Amino acid sequence: MSDTKRIFIKGNEAMSRGALAAGCTCYFGYPITPQNDIPEFLSTEMATVDGEFVQAESEVAAANMLLGAAAGGARAMTTSSSPGVSLMQEAISYMAGSELPGVIVNVNRGGPGLGDIGSSQGDYFQSTRGGGHGDYRTLVLAPGTCQEGYDMMIEAFDLAFKYRNPVLVLADAIVGQMKEPVTPWEPKAADNHGAEDWRIDGAKGRKKRLLKSLFLEDGALAGQNRNLQSKYEAMQVEARADVFECDDADLVIVAFGSIGRIVKSTVRRLRSEGKKVGLVRPLTLYPFPSEVLRDLAKKGKRFLTIEQNCGQMVDDVRLSVRGIADSEFHGHMPGDLPGSDDFLAPIIKHLED
Amino acid sequence: MSEKLVFDAPEIMVDRPTHYCPGCHHGVAHRLVGEVLTEMGLVDDTLCVGSIGCSVFIYNYLDVDAVEAPHGRAPAVATGLKRAHKDKFVFTYQGDGDLASIGLAEIVHAANRGEKISVVFVNNTVYGMTGGQMAPTTLVGQKTTTSPNGRSAEEHGLAIRMSEIIGGLGGTAYCERVSLDSVKNIRRAKKALRKAFEMQINGTGFGFVEMLSACPTNWKMDPIAANTRITEEMIPYFPLGVFKDVTKDGEE
Repeated sequence: MSDTKRIFIKGNEAMSRGALAAGCTCYFGYPITPQNDIPEFLSTEMATVDGEFVQAESEVAAANMLLGAAAGGARAMTTSSSPGVSLMQEAISYMAGSELPGVIVNVNRGGPGLGDIGSSQGDYFQSTRGGGHGDYRTLVLAPGTCQEGYDMMIEAFDLAFKYRNPVLVLADAIVGQMKEPVTPWEPKAADNHGAEDWRIDGAKGRKKRLLKSLFLEDGALAGQNRNLQSKYEAMQVEARADVFECDDADLVIVAFGSIGRIVKSTVRRLRSEGKKVGLVRPLTLYPFPSEVLRDLAKKGKRFLTIEQNCGQMVDDVRLSVRGIADSEFHGHMPGDLPGSDDFLAPIIKHLED
Repeated sequence: MSEKLVFDAPEIMVDRPTHYCPGCHHGVAHRLVGEVLTEMGLVDDTLCVGSIGCSVFIYNYLDVDAVEAPHGRAPAVATGLKRAHKDKFVFTYQGDGDLASIGLAEIVHAANRGEKISVVFVNNTVYGMTGGQMAPTTLVGQKTTTSPNGRSAEEHGLAIRMSEIIGGLGGTAYCERVSLDSVKNIRRAKKALRKAFEMQINGTGFGFVEMLSACPTNWKMDPIAANTRITEEMIPYFPLGVFKDVTKDGEE
C-alpha cells in the first residue's frame, strides 16, 4: 500500500518510479544524455512488474514500438532528450492521428542541432505545437521538481488514456539530473478509460478493429480533423498553474519547469525586500493556463516571461492576455546554467520600468 | 460474447472488389495469408500491422484486427504490439520500398532481436503506389521513373537481396524466398508462410517470407509478360529457397 517514506533520488529516477506506479508495463527507449538514468533504471525494474523493456535501434523505432504497444491498449512509454525527440515526431503524429495513448518524456537539453547536454527549454514550441506533421496537439506536462516528476508521470498515463492521445512530459536536464527527497505514492487502480472497447487484441467474438491515420474517402479526413479539434478543445479543462504571491503583485513573472522554480527563489527574495512581485508557473504547457493569466491581466497586472530559450512560451502568454495587456521577455540562453541571482536584475528592471 | 467464430478460408477474405491493378500479385499474397491464418485457426487471435504503399490496404481485405504503421516502421510497431500481447499472432505485410529502404534498420533489428513476429515481404522491384520509382530491389538495367535509362550499378548500386541479409541474422528462425509467378511456386509460397507462422506460434522466433511479385502497371507489361519477367529476370538474381530454418539446423 502507500509508502509515505521519503526517498532521496534523481528526477530521472523519480519519473521512472512514477511510471511504474502508474502501471506502465512496456518501456521502449534509446540512450541519449541526459535521460539515460531512465532506461538504465527500467532495464531491471520492468522485469519486477512482469513488464517489457526494449532498447530500440533508434529513437524512431522506440517511438514506433510505443505506437504498437499503445494500439494493443498497453500502458507504455518512451523517453528521450531533444535530438531524440525530434526523431520521434513521426510516430507521435501517427499516434495523434490514430488516437493512440502513450507517454513520451523529453528531458530537454540544449539545441538547436546537437547543442549540448546542459539544460534548456528550447523544445517548448516542438512540444506544444505538435512537433510532427499535420494538425495535432499533445498534452504537455512540465515538472519543476523531482516530486512533480513522479506525480506528473501518474497523471500523464491517466490523461493519455482519458483522451486517447500522446502525452508529453517536458522535463529538462536540471529536473532530470538533480537529487531531491521524493515521497512515492500509489495511485488507485489504473483507469484505462474503456481501452478494451477500441484496442486491438484479436477479434474474437466481435467485429475487427482498425487503428489508422489514413482517411482517403471524400470528407473522411476533414471529419477526423474535426474530431481531433473538438478533443483538443475538451482538453482545455486540464490547464493548471502554480500561482505564487500574485494577489497584490504589480509584476507577474511567468516561468515554467526548473526555471520557474529558480525564479520562485528570486521572487521570494524580492518579496522579503518588500517588492510586489508574483509568479505564475504553468504546470501544463498544452493546454496552456491562459485563463489564470487573463484574470490577472484584468486586474491590471504587468507580465514578464522568463525562459531558458530565446522566447517561445512568451507567445502563449501574449495570446492569453491579448487585448488587455502584454508581456515583456527575458531569455536566459541555453548552454548557461542560471541561478536565482541571474534573474534579480531583469525582474527589478521590469518592476521599476 | 463468448461464442467462437470459425472462418473457413474464403470467409476471412472480405468480399469486396479489389483495388489492385490487373495482374498484381498482392491479391494472391493476401489470399495465401488469409488461407494460412484460417487453416492454422489464427483468425481471432491475429493482429495485422499494415505498412505504406499499395499494400497498406491489406487491412481492408482480411477480417482481422489491424493497425497502420508509418513507412518502414512496421517491424517496430509489431515489436511493441507483440510485447503487449505475447499470446497473439502478429504479422507485418510490407513492400520493398517500405522494408528494404526506409525501414531497413527496423527489419534488421527486429529480426536480430528474434522478435516473435512474422513478416510477409512483397518484392516487386519498384515503388508501386507512388508511381513506379526506383526501389532498393530494382534490378540493374530496369527502367523506372527515377532511373529512366535503367538502374546503373555505378550510380545506384546493385539490387539489395533481403532474404540473404535476414537469413544471416542471429534472431531469425525462418527465412525463405518464394515466387508468385506459377501455380507450383504459389503452392510453395503457402508452405513457406505456414512454416514461418508456426515459428511464431511455437515461440521459436522471427519468421520472414519474401515473395517475388509482379507489378505489371509500373513495369509497363501485360500480366503474362510480367510473370515471365519474374521467371527469367528476377529468380536468377533473387534465388528461391530457404535461407534459414533453425528447426533444420538444430540451432536455437
